[in-house]
Amino acid sequence: MPSYDGALVEARGLCRSFGRVRVLHDVNLILAAGEALAVAGPNGAGKSTLLRLLAGLMRPTAGEVRILGRPLRQDAAAARRGVGLLSHQSLLYDDLTLLENLTFAARLYGLLRPRETALAALARAGLGSRAGESPRRLSRGLLQRAAIARALLHRPRILLLDEPFTALDAAAAERLREELRHLLAQGMGMVIVTHHLAEVWDLATRVSVLVEGRWVCDEARAGALSAFLPRYHGLIGA
Amino acid sequence: MPEAVRLALAVAAKDIRAELRSRTALLSAVVFAALVLVVFNFARDPTALSATDLAPSVLWVTFALAAMLALNRAFTVERENGALDGLLLAPIPREAIFAGKLLANLAFVGTVEAVTLPLFVLFFNVDLGAALPGIVAVTALATVGFVAVGTIFSAMAVRTRFAELMLPVLLLPFMVPPLIGAVQATSRLLSGRPLSEMLGWLRLLALYDIVFVTLCTLAFSAVVDE
Repeated sequence: MPSYDGALVEARGLCRSFGRVRVLHDVNLILAAGEALAVAGPNGAGKSTLLRLLAGLMRPTAGEVRILGRPLRQDAAAARRGVGLLSHQSLLYDDLTLLENLTFAARLYGLLRPRETALAALARAGLGSRAGESPRRLSRGLLQRAAIARALLHRPRILLLDEPFTALDAAAAERLREELRHLLAQGMGMVIVTHHLAEVWDLATRVSVLVEGRWVCDEARAGALSAFLPRYHGLIGA
Repeated sequence: MPEAVRLALAVAAKDIRAELRSRTALLSAVVFAALVLVVFNFARDPTALSATDLAPSVLWVTFALAAMLALNRAFTVERENGALDGLLLAPIPREAIFAGKLLANLAFVGTVEAVTLPLFVLFFNVDLGAALPGIVAVTALATVGFVAVGTIFSAMAVRTRFAELMLPVLLLPFMVPPLIGAVQATSRLLSGRPLSEMLGWLRLLALYDIVFVTLCTLAFSAVVDE
C-alpha cells in the first residue's frame, strides 16, 4: 500500500435509501490515521449501512466516499485494497481449511507467495498449528482470531469493524481489544459499529451517534463512559 | 497470464476445492438425475412412443433439472459466514468473480452431464454410436448459455429468503430457448440426419451463448453490489 498522509476515509453527503425509505441522511465523516471512531446507535439507525457504504459493499444513493484519497465509486479496486473488514461473521469458508481460506484471500489481493503469506499470518494469530483445520471446528474466540488474520492479511490502512465483540467471552473480547489497540498505535484507522459502547469506549478516540440515519453526536471521546451514557440515552431516546 | 484470468481461475479453483470436500451438490445432482431417468423409464409406455422419439426430451429435462441443483450451490456457499462480503471486498473486478463462478459451475454441470449420459444410454437403450461427438458438442453449446444465466440468477436469488425456490422460478423461462435448440439438435443427431438439418438450431445455441455470457458478465456488478 503506497504511503498516504491525508484522511484515510472521507465521506461527504452520504445518503442511502431502500426504495422510498431513506436510512442514511447526509452523513459526513473524516477518519485520520490512528483514529478509532465508535459509531453507536439503536437498531435500525443505519450503522451497518454506513459501514457497508464505507467498505464499498453498497452504493450510496447520493454522496461520495474516498478511501486513501481515491473515490470508491470510480477507483473501486484500488480503494478497496486499503480496507479490511472484521465483523461478527468470519468471512471464511467452512469447507476449506484455515490455510486454504487465507491462501485464497492472499490470491485475491495479489500478494506474493500466497501460501507462505497465509501461513505467516496464521502463525502471527497463534493459529499455526491449526492451519489444516476447518473454521467450523474452531471456538468463537479462535474463529475471531482467524477472521482478524484474514482481515489484516493485505495490511490495510483502514479496518472496518461490525459488532466485532458479538458472542466473544470476556477473555476473548479483551484479547481482541488488545490487538486493536496495537494496530491503532501503528497508525491504522478504525470505524467500529457497535450496540454496546462499553465494549469499545476505551478503544475509541471519537464517538459518533447515529439516530434514524442522522449524526446526532460526533465528538472526541473524553472522560468516563458513565458520564457520557446519560447523554447517549437522551440522544437515542431510550 | 492476464490478471483477470488468474483471478477467475482462483475463484473457480476455490469453488471446486470446496465442492470436492463436501460433495453435497454434486452427489445430490447426480443421484437426482439418476432418479429422474428411472421415473421416466418406468412412466413411459414403450408401445405408444419409441425410445428414440422420447429420448432427446428426457435427456434434456434430466440435464436441466439436475443442473438446477448444481447451480443452487454457486452462491449458497458464499452465504455461509458472510463469505460473499469477503469476496466482494477484494480489489478484483466483478467480472473476474463472475467468470470464476461460471467456470466452476460449468465444471459441476459438465460432471453431472457426463455421469448422466451413460445412465441415459443404459435406461433408454439408445445407441449413441456415431452421434456421440455431436451430442457432446450440442451439450457443451447448450450448457454454456444456461449455466451463465443460472450463475447470475443464483447470485440474485441468494439474497432472497427462498433462494432454492427462486432460482428455478427465475431460470426456467430463460432455459426454454437452449432446451428447444438442444432437444431438436439431439433428436436429429440420434436419427442420423445430416448436419445441414440442425445447423439452424446450432446457430441459435451459439447466439444464445454469446448474448447471455456477455450480458451476464456485464450485469453481474449491478446484481452483487447492493
